[in-house]
Order: sequence, then C-alpha cells, then structure tokens
Amino acid sequence: MRQDGRRGWRLVVAGVAALVVVPVGLVATSILTPSTGVWAFLWRTTLPGQVLTTLVLLVCVVACTLLLGAGLAWLVGRYRFPGQRWFSWLLVLPLAVPAYVLGFVYLGLLDHPGPVQTALRGWFGVDVWFPEVRSLPVAIAVLSLASYPYVYLLTRAALTEQTAATYEAARVLGHGPLRAARRVVLPLARPSLAAGAALVAMETLTDFPTVQYFNVQTVSVAVYQVWNGMYDRVAATEIASLVLMFAIVVIALERVGRGRARFHQTGGARHVEPVRLTGRRAWAATAGCSAVLGVAFVVPVVQLVAWSTTTALRTSGSGGLDARYLSYLVNSLTVAALAALGCATLAVLVASAGRLGGGAASRRLARLATVGYAVPGPVVAIGVLAVLAGADRLLDAVGLPGGGVLVTGTLVGLVYAYVVRFLALAYNSVDASLDKVAPSMTDAALTLGAPPRQVVRRVHLPLVRSGVGVALVLVTVDALKELPVVLLLRPFGFETLAIWVNQLATESRWELAGLPALTIVAVALVPVVVLFRRTLHEPADSGLR
Amino acid sequence: MTAVTTAAPPAAAPVLMLRDVRKRFDGVRALDGVSLEVGAGELVAVVGPSGCGKSTMLRAVAGLLTVDGGQIAAGGHEVAGPGLNVPPERRAVGVVFQDLALFPHLDVAANVSFGLRRGRGQGRVAEVLALVGLDGVSARYPHELSGGEQQRVALARALAPRPAVVLLDEPFSHLDRNLRTTVREQTVQVLRAAGATGVFVTHDQEEALAAGDRVAVMRAGRLEQVGSAEAVFHRPGSTFVATFLGEADFLPGRRCGSLADTVLGPLPVTEPGSGPCQVMLRPHEVGLEPAADGDAVVTRTEFRGASVLHHVLLADGGTLRALLPHTAPLAPGTRVAVLALVEHPLAVFAG
Repeated sequence: MRQDGRRGWRLVVAGVAALVVVPVGLVATSILTPSTGVWAFLWRTTLPGQVLTTLVLLVCVVACTLLLGAGLAWLVGRYRFPGQRWFSWLLVLPLAVPAYVLGFVYLGLLDHPGPVQTALRGWFGVDVWFPEVRSLPVAIAVLSLASYPYVYLLTRAALTEQTAATYEAARVLGHGPLRAARRVVLPLARPSLAAGAALVAMETLTDFPTVQYFNVQTVSVAVYQVWNGMYDRVAATEIASLVLMFAIVVIALERVGRGRARFHQTGGARHVEPVRLTGRRAWAATAGCSAVLGVAFVVPVVQLVAWSTTTALRTSGSGGLDARYLSYLVNSLTVAALAALGCATLAVLVASAGRLGGGAASRRLARLATVGYAVPGPVVAIGVLAVLAGADRLLDAVGLPGGGVLVTGTLVGLVYAYVVRFLALAYNSVDASLDKVAPSMTDAALTLGAPPRQVVRRVHLPLVRSGVGVALVLVTVDALKELPVVLLLRPFGFETLAIWVNQLATESRWELAGLPALTIVAVALVPVVVLFRRTLHEPADSGLR
Repeated sequence: MTAVTTAAPPAAAPVLMLRDVRKRFDGVRALDGVSLEVGAGELVAVVGPSGCGKSTMLRAVAGLLTVDGGQIAAGGHEVAGPGLNVPPERRAVGVVFQDLALFPHLDVAANVSFGLRRGRGQGRVAEVLALVGLDGVSARYPHELSGGEQQRVALARALAPRPAVVLLDEPFSHLDRNLRTTVREQTVQVLRAAGATGVFVTHDQEEALAAGDRVAVMRAGRLEQVGSAEAVFHRPGSTFVATFLGEADFLPGRRCGSLADTVLGPLPVTEPGSGPCQVMLRPHEVGLEPAADGDAVVTRTEFRGASVLHHVLLADGGTLRALLPHTAPLAPGTRVAVLALVEHPLAVFAG
C-alpha cells in the first residue's frame, strides 16, 4: 500500500480532534469517579444554591437577549425610521465590550461611591434609596446587554434570508402584520433564535468574573474558587462537570428549539418591503435603538475614556503611562498571537486534510475538532489542567523535571485552552475560504507531481490567505479580551491586560482600569467594524431596494 | 446487446492499460469492468452521456480516486491494482481539467513550471509555451488571458513534466461553440507535435468522432464499443452506440444472407444472417422523391440551416428521418417515395 500519505492526513485530523475532545472528555468522565470530600462538603453547603443561581441567571439572560436581540433585529429589519440604516450595524458594536468591562463600568457608575448615587445624595439627602447594585438583576442586565448582539446578528441574517413570498402569503391569507410575524416569520427564524440563545447561554456559563463583581455565585464561580483557592484539581474537575451538564442541556434544548421543519427557502431575491414608521412611532423606534446603543456601548466607552484621561493627567508628571501597561499589553499580545497562530495552523491542516485525506471520516473528525466553541470556558480550562497534570506525571516518570511545571509554570496550558476554544472560529473562516478553491485546483497540483504537503504550501495556503487573515484577527481579538480561561490557567505571576482590568475592578480602582479596558475594547472593535459592518450592510441594502 | 468490438490493440506495448477496472459510489457502479489499451502517441476519445462514468474513469487513471478492483498501468508501470494504489503525484499522468484549474495566484510561467523540478524550469517552460503558441505571455496571470489562451496554458502545464499519458476532461466544454472547433484542432495538433499519448473525455459525439484516433463509447460504467471513428459510426455494436453517435432509425426487415428485405426493398447489411432484423439508416442515407402515388408521407420538417430534416411516415406505420439540402424542402403532407442512398453495407441488429 502506498496510500500512507492519505492516511497520514486522516491521522492529523484525528490528532487535532483528540486534542480538543480529550480535555472535555476528562471533565465529563469525572462524573464517573468517586466523589471527593471537598465535593461532598460543597454539595452540602454552597453548591445547591449556586446551581439554582446558575439556572435563574441562564434563563433570565437568555430571555432578555432574545427579547432585545430579536426585537431590535425585527425593528431594524422590517421598519424604516430615522437612523435605521445606521443602527442596523451600530447595534453590533456592544460585541466589542466584554461583559466584565461593561460590568465594572456600571459598578463604578452606580455603586454607592459612584457619581450617580453621589449626585442623588446631593439632591435628595444621604438617605436616598437606591437599588442594590451588586445583585443578580444587575448582573442579568449587564450580561444581557453584553451578549444580545449574538441573537441580533443571527436573527438579522435569518430575516434577510427570508423572502417576501411567505410573509405576503400570510398577509393575503388574512393575517395582520403581527400575526403574520408570529405565525410565519418567527417560526422561520426559529433555528437562528435557538442558535443565538445557545451561544448566549454558553457565554453566560463561561463568564464567572463578571457575575463575581455582582456577588452572584454560579457553578462556574465555584470552579474558579475551588481551583484558585484550594488548588484542588479533582474537586474543580467535578464541579466543572456540573457546568458541562448545563452546557449539554443547553445544546439539547437548542436541538429541540431548532425543530424538525425545513427552514430553507428557495429562490426569491425579493425581500419584504420595510414599513415606514412616522411621527411618534418613528421617534420611539429611534429612541429605543439609541437607548440600547447608549447603555451598552456609548456610556461605557465614554466612561472608560474619562477614567483613562483622569489617570493620564494624574500620572503625567511621573512619565505618563503606567509601566505595567506596556508589559501587560505585550503579555496579552503574546498569548493572543500564539493562540491565533496555533488555531490558524491547525485550521489550515484540518481544512486541507478534508480535501487531501478525503472521505466522510475526515469531515466528521473536523466537526469534532471544532466542538470547543460550544464548551464553556471553565470546562475547557479544567480539562486542559487535567491533561497537563497527566503530561507532568509522564515527564516525572521519564525523569524529566515535571513536578507541575506544565500546569503552573508555562503558557502551554493557556495557549492549549485557547486553541480548543477558538479553533472553530479559525476553521470556519479558513474552510469557507477553501470552499471557494475548486477541488480541481487540488487535483491539478497533485497530478503535476506535488505531494500533499506541497499542495498545502504552494496552492492551498496562498489561495486561502484571506481566510487565514480573518482567522488570525478573530482569534487574536477573542483571546486578547478573554478573561475566565486566562484567570484559571495563567502561569504564576503572569499578568495580561484582561487580568489587570479584573484585578483593578475587584479592588474598585475603576480609574486605573480605564486605559487597559479601553485598549481591549479598541482592539475588539476591529473585527466588529471590519467584518460585521460589511456582512450586515450588504443584505440590509438589498432588503431596502 | 453489449457487443464489445474492441479494435485491434495498438502494435507497440500500450502506454495506458486498464483491465477490468471497477468503482462503486454508494452502490452505483460508476465503473463496471472497464478495459482499454492506448498505444504510444494515440489519442482516444471517450464519449458517453453525462453520468456514464467517463470522468470517473479519468479520475481513476489519474489516481484521484481509489478503484475497487481491476488494474491500471501507465507508462509501463502498474499504478493501481490489488493492494496497490500509487498516489496521483507519482503517476506521471497529466490532466487538463474541465475548469482548467489554473492556479490564480501564479503567473503563466509559474503555472507551467509547477510540475517541474526546481531549477530545471525555464528551458522547458519556454519550450512547451512555444509548442502551444503562447510565447509572449509567461508573465501574465490566468485571469488576464482569453479563454482559448487559458486552455493552452492548461495544456502546456499538463505537458511540461512529460507525462506518460495526458488526460483531458471535457476540455472544450467551457468554450463557446465558435471557438471550440478551433481550440480543439489546435489541441490535437499540439498533442501530436508533442508525441503525447492522450485520452480525452467528452459528451459531444462530433468532438469525439473528429478528434479521436479511436473512439470509446461508454454507457453506465461500461465501454460499449471501442474503434475508429468510421467503425463506431457506421458499424455500431449496439443500438445505443448507433443512436448516441448520431441520428439513426431502424427499419424492421428479414435477413437473408448479406441482404435484408425491408419496406425499402433489399438492402446490403454488414453481418450476414437470417431471420428478423433491424437495419440502421441514418438521415443522410435516406432520399425522398415527391411522388403523387408515393406510399410515404412527410409529417413534419426541422430546419437545420444547410439542410432540412424530414420526418416521414412509412406505409407500414414505421417512421424514418431524411436529411435533404435546404434548397429542396418538402412541405408536410407531401406524398413521397423513399429510397436508401447506400454505398456501403448497413449496420444490422437482430430482432
């Protein structure tokens, strides 16, 4: 047999899939192992409450994002009002503000010493009533404002795909606009809504730093506390498996929510004619969009700018920038770049293997290799810890200096976890790019005598350059603003901008956190503006014509 | 019915040999025991309706898919067989793809030298570009060339590494009709000049008959007949081959020795025999004479430019088609006498 080359490619994909699946699998199988004392203790004390809180948080955040995201998408997609074209893509901007940044900005603004309450006290006396800021409802509001764009984007896309025919059919069959929306448009958008809701739920499960600002105790917080406080990996793994169970339920619900019906619509480039709103209703629409945009994006950015300037002015005498800023920025960029390179390399390999190794097996493995995005960050992080602990033991066994070096001493774990988490992002953009390269291109290179490795280097790589570029940008940005995983997996003493922001926020030093947080938002804006503006604008325009 | 009349294999040892090659896709037999030999410098046209497996056959030869059974040898080396499957990059088989598959990120010279070893490129690139008549364009990119020029670059690229066999997969289908004939002639000339051994696949009968030294007619994963253009056209081995390669009607008759007795009188046939038979008549072999007492009648006509196709209802209820010069069309309803204009024995099928 001289088919080795092809089998080699299948092995590459299988290896990448294993890389992704093993950590998650280790967390999952920990359910089967006997419980530890810590677990038993937690289960008697705090865990049941945390499970309940997680449930409430998930349900409320998903409900709010569905209302907010789908509502705004409907408003912007089906009506015309002043500023509608602008809002169509501006409403995506909050995607650039991580929840933990939004969270601490509102803590700084609304908490007792903050400007809002201070002003209120000035006007109404020191006894003025104000709702508790560090509470579950505020956490729900912050997480919803930070993650509604996922639902918004997916619903927007679903609405633009829908052709006018079905909606008009419902109208001539005697349904009013709202009833037609409920009976035709909404069911057709259901898969997108389900996907959006699942995405939001995963983000919510991942995000323990933000809820911690608001004293909300979820199971993900428990994972962090057990690992960070006790360094009890086994107990942390057991709690992480609880998080994983939540995730599995979410995925199952998403499948159910997607339903069995077919949602593809054939042909019909014509879209539903948007309804022009007039008078008070038009201004109400504009005001509604402005309010969401203001609260979720403008206010936090302005506040961050204000805090940054205050800090800059105060430190201008002593040389301006905080010295830590640059070194943490370099750390952030280093990790993000390593993750991006890792993801892009694996993405090119896996996508190419789909071609060169051929067969359905490769494609199934590729899908397996990209499940990481659907696994909450703490699960990935704890799973990676388990893998590294095993590797450490292996190093010890062969007499190399192990002793937990991999677990706590290097960036290996962090980069590994990011690759697991973000490989899907990279793979999707590279694969979409490769899809546009005709299969005959690969065949041509092979028949001209280029072995598969050369085909990748000389043909695939140059032709998917744009996809690789997008993959690099997306992963870099996501890794740079990511907080939960880096909190769990950073090597001892290793600080990034996100960690610094989190630390300053926990210490209520809002002003100092301004500049690093603003940096993160600025970086995160790049893909939002460049990618989503384009993808949103084109269909929106054709919808108006 | 699948009478395979394999023409005499070429005198020299075959450069390409397929023996009983099989390939299934999801239970469908895409290649159902294909055997073919192609001699050095020969150009074989594989023709058949879409989905008959002709492109699958090319991909099997190129190594772009793994066969389920049978043997393939190219350039004197076995490349596929029991337990053997040489990957495409080591088969010395050149391919001109249907969509040409020129690398868009490389200029013409880099495209052509893609299959050449490093450092040995320039001389050979100039040589093959001269061969296809594209001397001045080596620094241009594929999208800057016309369709015909792109076609020639693809051919040059396939020929550059001096493959044992060149395969061409529907190489002219993307060109518009006017250009197609010209490019086809140029391609055949280039292949001849290069002394290349080639197999090209097409669904266009005219193309196959015009360009191939031999024509292989394929149907449902099997080669129904392989032979010279004249042989397959005039002496088709099956009614499928007869109708696929051109319009053909079948007159029922009774064979008696080398003559068949039909409604048009006794006609010479290719294969002597006895008993009921079907005699093949192509429209250009049928003449019509207007005759008030004729026992056939023109039912309708189809304008074909230089000629007009007449549909004729015969006395016995059968139909025939006759191709007449456009100068003498007969109106539908005209009574005619039908005659067979034959200078050679006609193909005949039992039944």
